[in-house]
Amino acid sequence: MAAPKRKTDIGPPHYDQMLHPAIKANYGKWKSHQNLKPGVLMHEGESGAKVYTVRGASARLISITTIREMCDLADKYCDGFLRYTSRNNVEFMTDKEANVEPLIADLKAMGVPVGGTGSSISNIVHTQGWVHCHSSATDASGVVKVVMDELIDYFTSMSLPAHLRIAVACCLNMCGAVHCSDIAILGIHRTPPTIDHDKLGNMCEIPTTVASCPKAAIRPAMVEGKQSVEVIEDLCMYCGNCYTVCPAMPIANPLNDGISIWVGGKVSNSRTKPMFSKLAIPYLPNTPPRWPEVSDAVKNIVEVYARDAKKYERVGEWINRIGWPQFFEKTNLEFTKYHIDDFTLASSTYNSSTHIKF
Amino acid sequence: MSNTPLIDELVKGPWPSFIKDIKRTAEKNEMCKDLLNLLEMSYRDKKTHWKHGGIVGVRGYGGGIIGRYSDSPELYPGVSHFHTVRINQPAGWFYSTSALRYICDLWEKHGSGLTNLHGSTGDMVMLGTTTEHLEDIFTDLSEHGWDLGGSGSDMRTPSCCLGKSRCEFACIDTMAICHDLTNEWQDELHRPAFPYKFKIKIAGCPNDCVASIARSDCSIIGTWRDNIRQDDAAVAKYASGELVYGARADGKVDIKADVVDKCPTGCMSYEGGKLSIDNKNCNRCMHCINLMPQALRVGVDGGATILLGAKAPIVQGALLSSVLVPFIKMDPPYEEFKELIGRIWEFWDENGEARERIGEMIVRIGKGNFVEEVGCDPIPEMICEPRSNPYIFYEEYFEEE
Ligand code: SF4
Ligand code: SF4
Ligand code: SF4
Ligand code: SF4
Repeated sequence: MAAPKRKTDIGPPHYDQMLHPAIKANYGKWKSHQNLKPGVLMHEGESGAKVYTVRGASARLISITTIREMCDLADKYCDGFLRYTSRNNVEFMTDKEANVEPLIADLKAMGVPVGGTGSSISNIVHTQGWVHCHSSATDASGVVKVVMDELIDYFTSMSLPAHLRIAVACCLNMCGAVHCSDIAILGIHRTPPTIDHDKLGNMCEIPTTVASCPKAAIRPAMVEGKQSVEVIEDLCMYCGNCYTVCPAMPIANPLNDGISIWVGGKVSNSRTKPMFSKLAIPYLPNTPPRWPEVSDAVKNIVEVYARDAKKYERVGEWINRIGWPQFFEKTNLEFTKYHIDDFTLASSTYNSSTHIKF
Repeated sequence: MSNTPLIDELVKGPWPSFIKDIKRTAEKNEMCKDLLNLLEMSYRDKKTHWKHGGIVGVRGYGGGIIGRYSDSPELYPGVSHFHTVRINQPAGWFYSTSALRYICDLWEKHGSGLTNLHGSTGDMVMLGTTTEHLEDIFTDLSEHGWDLGGSGSDMRTPSCCLGKSRCEFACIDTMAICHDLTNEWQDELHRPAFPYKFKIKIAGCPNDCVASIARSDCSIIGTWRDNIRQDDAAVAKYASGELVYGARADGKVDIKADVVDKCPTGCMSYEGGKLSIDNKNCNRCMHCINLMPQALRVGVDGGATILLGAKAPIVQGALLSSVLVPFIKMDPPYEEFKELIGRIWEFWDENGEARERIGEMIVRIGKGNFVEEVGCDPIPEMICEPRSNPYIFYEEYFEEE
């Protein structure tokens, strides 16, 4: 047998091979769509062709066991095609209306909730956490699981004023760029790295370690006769970059690491411009395995929003209308000095007006 | 008794459980077993047990593999090495089951059997393998028509919304663009040579389902130059309640209150049952089209707005992308766009500092200077408002004759 041929720079397979025939036939020729019920979309082509999409939840961290089961369903109902969404849901598409209900029944039997369309809470975009990352201040998949267990009814219905997007990141690096979400759950380190002076000299290259710090907070130093480094603690912003290059500088601190909650961001341009999420809760304790403080806090914000916002208002639009004082009052959240920005351009967030409600 | 009592708590509840999933897979895979043990230890200690690794990779590539080691190799040897392989996803995250089953078989043979579908950048993220497997994985992948994604200071794997494949809002062919750019820039993707990472995301319309404006150094967002297409008969059906917005209890559209009054530019009116749009003043926000997709459609003269510079907070604070080019046609072979990106990369290469994202560089040198350097004219669409501070650095002076 000839040796396998190793090729480089061929790029990904062409998407053409991955499309359901009905998707291919109507490519670029779609006319409109309807959201038939939570998790079910119907797209209509110029030709009158109809394609049904069923959207199911996924943990994103999924095994080949689950993927093969998803493939079995796609073979059974969708001529062997499926896709994943930008929020890591799984989508099944078929041109046969009769397949929709049996597919939904099979998904439910598999333990896959169907929903996430329209004015719902869709899947939570998230990062690696303790499952796979060295800088994580908390787990990501576990936090997502407990929050969605709590909010599942908002996934399987479309009862909110507008869609609500939640994201989790397990450290400030924010691999998932959570900073423009209706609700962002962010793992935080709050203390500088600890330094193992006994090991550092052997394990790490000192110039590389010094260079790794974006704040220039690390300096070479002799400690008890050993080549090591020191951290200027006032400069450190707990990013963990140093730990990435030097395992003798762990950033994790079980006593102090925790979770912060941010609200009111969005990426769509609908009505208002995209917005950053702003600080709602500076610190919640890290309480695995089910983080009750975090899921309660998120649920509270969702419920107040659901009651108080006007039709089609996103969380950020709602807060901008009622104002931040009312947001803190209605959600019963404490306002602290940490909510007042002290970074570059902080002054642009001060209230320079007498626009105050009494 | 189970030796993972803490994470077992995550088997409960209605949302799909990743722990349950890993457990079933652990029946046939030692790596999964030790991953569960290591994770249990993190749940107990409230801290990560991973270390970043040395550089690992495959021959000829500088990116695509992320080295990962645990801090407890003696306790749990199965995950002492647990590297990630990023596989470049097909555009739009569409799969045939035969393609996905191939990937599953590969990962059964060479890895932990665990994946992320998908990673934040867009790749298929294959979690957990060891260095000895990497060359075999790559050879097998490339034989079957697959390739690795990016990592490190390179162009990261471009990704896109599903665009024209299933969305009538798409003003550009996102999947075709994504596939073409990925292939055009294979060298930039696989061999890191930039000051830092460079992400490209392509959204078909201003709804931006891929969050390109928040998550990519270069955001390509579809828009249109001509008029919103309007079907008056369908408008009447929304007005009468025959058509509704979504399948929600309060889905009947009140055209005046829900559409016209919520239009941010005040460019719509509804009088005597006739909806009118002053398209010259529409800012393409999508609200009215989102609400009444059967009655209103994006225009036919589609193209893209190009925005630059989004990033997460570290180091200088988070940024959203901001406008560089208000409208550019995006028809193959996308020459005008590619030339623009070429100029941007060249300038960033020469002027960017190590680990400085392009958005941070633009802030450091000034957007006015940047646009000039990459051959664009300064235009008011690039900003929200002109400066209010008088500290202008004039570059030209009159000299006495
Ligand atoms: S957000 Fe931070 S901890 Fe989480 S995966 Fe990214 S770098 Fe790792
Ligand atoms: S955590 Fe970040 S800021 Fe602090 S010393 Fe390490 S690299 Fe520097
Ligand atoms: S970004 Fe626009 S075109 Fe793309 S999927 Fe979303 S709504 Fe459709
Ligand atoms: S797209 Fe937005 S700005 Fe344009 S007419 Fe519709 S609601 Fe108004």
